[in-house]
Amino acid sequence: MSTATARSNLGNTIAAHAILITWTVIALFPVFVILINSLKTRKAIFREPLALPNAESFSLVGYQTVAKQGDFFLYFQNSMIVTVVSLTFILLFGAMAAFALSEYRFRGNSLMGLYLALGIMIPIRIGTVAILEMMVATGLVNTLTALILVYTAQGLPLAVFILSEFMRQVSEDLKNAGRIDGLSEYAIFFRLVLPLVRPAMATVAVFNMIPIWNDLWFPLILAPGEETKTLTLGSQVFIGQFVTDWNAVLSALSLAILPALVLYLIFSRQLIRGITSGAVK
Amino acid sequence: MAEQTGKKFNWHIVVFLAPAVLVYTAVMIFPLFNTLRLALYTETENIRQFVGLDNFRTLFGDPRWSESFWNALANNFWFFFIHMLVQNPIGILLAAILSHPRLRFAGFYRTAIFIPTILSFVIVGFAWKLILSPIWGIAPSLLDAVGLKSLFAPWLGREEYALTTLALISVWQFVGIPMMLIYAALLSIPEEMLEAGEIDGITGASAFWKIKLPLILPSIGIISILTFVGNFNAFDLIYAAQGALAGPDFATDILGTYLYRTFFGFQLQLGDPHMGSTIATAMFAIILIGVCIYLFGIQTRLRRYQF
Repeated sequence: MSTATARSNLGNTIAAHAILITWTVIALFPVFVILINSLKTRKAIFREPLALPNAESFSLVGYQTVAKQGDFFLYFQNSMIVTVVSLTFILLFGAMAAFALSEYRFRGNSLMGLYLALGIMIPIRIGTVAILEMMVATGLVNTLTALILVYTAQGLPLAVFILSEFMRQVSEDLKNAGRIDGLSEYAIFFRLVLPLVRPAMATVAVFNMIPIWNDLWFPLILAPGEETKTLTLGSQVFIGQFVTDWNAVLSALSLAILPALVLYLIFSRQLIRGITSGAVK
Repeated sequence: MAEQTGKKFNWHIVVFLAPAVLVYTAVMIFPLFNTLRLALYTETENIRQFVGLDNFRTLFGDPRWSESFWNALANNFWFFFIHMLVQNPIGILLAAILSHPRLRFAGFYRTAIFIPTILSFVIVGFAWKLILSPIWGIAPSLLDAVGLKSLFAPWLGREEYALTTLALISVWQFVGIPMMLIYAALLSIPEEMLEAGEIDGITGASAFWKIKLPLILPSIGIISILTFVGNFNAFDLIYAAQGALAGPDFATDILGTYLYRTFFGFQLQLGDPHMGSTIATAMFAIILIGVCIYLFGIQTRLRRYQF
């Protein structure tokens, strides 16, 4: 009996690993193929697409084309500015609103919460026509400000929702002790509450980072100018122009993959903890 | 407002709320309603005119518009259907395996399987386009290695396969999300519950079907509605892989790409913000119906378990 159970357990474990390995290979294979081929000569790309680059087939010609033709450093910088500034606003404004909703009783509190939560389910893209019209009217087309405003608005609903859940758990005694010590409401928020919800802030930041960094729709519509292209739009346009230059396309793809991959590997623990801690349930 | 034991007006509440409410209202809610309003207007010789529901009549009734619209809508439903049929079952399977308490390397698998989800659509679209390309030959040579070369076709270039192929690429990219959410739900099932089942002789696969699955149904509901909303405003992948014309011959056109072409214009076609708003309104209605079905039809019937 016990050997039979042990055997079936072993069988199950092997089957489990087989399924997981299969999907891991499926998930990583395209990324792997792109990265290794970006380092090869054109001939080697076509002759042996699955071989690793070796002394003979190694070539950086694709990266040279990218460096010469595309302005990837500028695109990267634009993406960085847009992502970091939007995240800062989402976190600051989101936390402030979440604090107001979770800390004070006032008329219209739950209505305000509901109003701010609407945007969790309704995608902001539906309003694109009027957003573009508004950006044209205010002269913000082709500025990073337009993108920052849109992403801030897009990120706020979920941020307020998640952060207010967490702020409700902050001890009432602590805040009241602060009040007795004569701290203002602002000091209580910035000095007592914010440090305590830091893990939730990190979760919100990681959740918002990926969609902002990867978005193609709004850069394409609101900021397609050469000066304001984000990395996602920049690589899309570049690849479109160099379709037949496989070295350049593969190198451009690799350059777009790497920052996302590095960021992910740095923050993956935070992201996974955020998802599994039930912040989005 | 000043209700806190009759004290003076609480300015700090306003200060705390104002930035978020202002940005959210000005950049999200106001444009949303303005777009719905613009759908009721048209422009003739640079003058905006109110035309009531005429644009909707054109969109649903005029063959020049309605054919593309119904095509995009049908494609969108197919896109969603593939996600529900492939993405969510695979996600649940992977999560069920990963949540096994004594599984080794679970962290590695989790991290690796989630990688495609963090890549942009542009990368994913082009990477798969290259891999499936008959010129490069990675896909045919891989199929050759397992003796299935005859199955190869330039999938993205064929009208009958292109949309399904793109949907499967999107599944490949996003399977990490249902996996993670279900994984979280499975981890939150208390040990005692499974032990109670074990005493009654319910173990292994039947424990999954009889105990775990009913408990994760609310999470499956959330994943379904997230997939629905995500699919019905999808755009990026199709645009990156097939361009704004969503070829071949509009076989991969979905509402997002149709909206983009209509309101922004493409090549010879001039942009029409009013018809664009009309399509956006239709998308809004579809998403709203989906969300309402979920909120009132599904969520309220699923019993939530509090542990």
